Amino acid sequence: MVGWRRLVWLIGLIPLGWLLLGLWQNTLGANPVERMIRFCGDWALWWLLMTLAVSPLRRLPGWSGLIRFRRLLGLLSLFYALLHVSGYVVLDHFFSWETIWRDILKRPYITVGLMAFLLLVPLGVTSTRAWMQRLGRHWGALHRLIYPASVLVMGHYVLMIKADYRAAFVYGVILAGLLGWRVVSVVVRSG
Amino acid sequence: MPFRWNPELRPEDITPEELFRQRRRFMKSAALVGVGAVLGMESLEAAETSAPLGEVRSGVVTLNEKQTPFADASGYCNFYELGTGKEDPSRQADRLVTKPWSVLIDGEVGRPGRISLEELIKPHPLEERVYRMRCVEAWSMVIPWVGFSLGALLQRFEPGPKAQYVSFETILDPERLPGQKRDILEWPYREGLRLDEAMHPLTMLAVGMYGRVLPNQNGAPLRLVVPWKYGFKSIKSIVRITLTEQQPVTSWNAHAPGEYGFYANVNPAVSHPRWDQSRERRIGEFLRRETLPFNGYGEQVAGLYTGMDLTRFF
Ligand code: HEM
Repeated sequence: MVGWRRLVWLIGLIPLGWLLLGLWQNTLGANPVERMIRFCGDWALWWLLMTLAVSPLRRLPGWSGLIRFRRLLGLLSLFYALLHVSGYVVLDHFFSWETIWRDILKRPYITVGLMAFLLLVPLGVTSTRAWMQRLGRHWGALHRLIYPASVLVMGHYVLMIKADYRAAFVYGVILAGLLGWRVVSVVVRSG
Repeated sequence: MPFRWNPELRPEDITPEELFRQRRRFMKSAALVGVGAVLGMESLEAAETSAPLGEVRSGVVTLNEKQTPFADASGYCNFYELGTGKEDPSRQADRLVTKPWSVLIDGEVGRPGRISLEELIKPHPLEERVYRMRCVEAWSMVIPWVGFSLGALLQRFEPGPKAQYVSFETILDPERLPGQKRDILEWPYREGLRLDEAMHPLTMLAVGMYGRVLPNQNGAPLRLVVPWKYGFKSIKSIVRITLTEQQPVTSWNAHAPGEYGFYANVNPAVSHPRWDQSRERRIGEFLRRETLPFNGYGEQVAGLYTGMDLTRFF
């Protein structure tokens, strides 16, 4: 069913298309740089949550095929995270490494965001079939890094907020549910 | 000095005669007489259509930097009472009802009392002053405000010998202002200045911008503008001005004292846990520019803080 996967890829590119269109038509508001960084950060988070939702959902009767899309969703998350971080480096600070380094050291939300990003990158790199075969049973263990990464992403988000925690709360509850489901299913299986 | 400050106007600084007459004509055709009447008009929901103001002395403070487009200055705002997103306030602007409006002036003043907006503004000739506006979130704008010196207003109410500080409050109307239904900050929004900061001639109360009545999202009908401090000091939609002996509680300072000080002077040397303050993005520009100490107004205001450790009193 390669056709379906291609379709998901195309759907995954729609947000980027929307962003480029907005840039082209100058509809991204007064501060397009901020808008783009936040937009890509949001999508990186959303794809990440969708990736984590695959395992619980595929237990539902008739949903087992969902597993086909898991790597793809993870890659989309990394893709938008990459755009997000590039936006920060190129658009926000225009390669001012000194400022960026100071940000990493001094601003906890940047420190934590970078840690999350550094955990996600090896998962993306090893997502190919060749790496799967090379790593064998270690592949699964390595890819469990998505759990700490997702917690760090949540931390990144919460630390960034000035006063309005509403959206972060919603995502936090969703993430807690997705991770909690795993804890429960491990306990149930071993018990 | 990149800007020109001209409290004593020379004839050439005053609005050119022809423009002046055009404004007059417009006002007549709109059947509006006097500044007070114009100010009383509710600013219309679409920011672009807010009413023009009456007679304004332009050139009181000019700035040799490109002004931020009106659409950006009125479309990209922080006004949590109308929503925490940057574009929420302009979208929800008509939730704020600005007529009738009155201001309570109390505390250490000789003549306390409640005064209607029209009465409050009437004695003060309106001036246009072009100021930099630097937000603590590391972006900035250049905005032509219309208003008058806060000091002139305070004098009218005769600050008493014990008055050391001025405290301000935004309207509290949780029925209408969606943000105030949620405890994002402690409502009403409060801000404060030391009395000498409040009396400084650069400190102003604004009733308009870009030659028009303030759009609601920008703090209609009456807001503070303190150009050498981070934007959150410039409190919007003021309903109360209190002179106090003690340093007043201010909203962001109370919310996160380690991040937002009472003084909140623009200071590239004092880092913030969230934003690098050494540079800023001027709205409409791509590369960041250096942030100036006191937002470029150091020559005028640095003297207010001699002997103070500004990394401690940030
Ligand atoms: C080196 C790594 C990273 C850096 C430097 C970084 C930087 C930033 C910056 C500058 C903001 C915007 C803050 C603001 O506008 O006030 C932000 C917000 C955000 N970032 Fe990151 N980030 C990083 C990694 C990540 C990763 C890996 C994810 C998700 C997978 C992520 C998701 C988010 C989200 C969801 C937001 C909030 C967006 C919103 O407010 O709607 N970030 N990040």
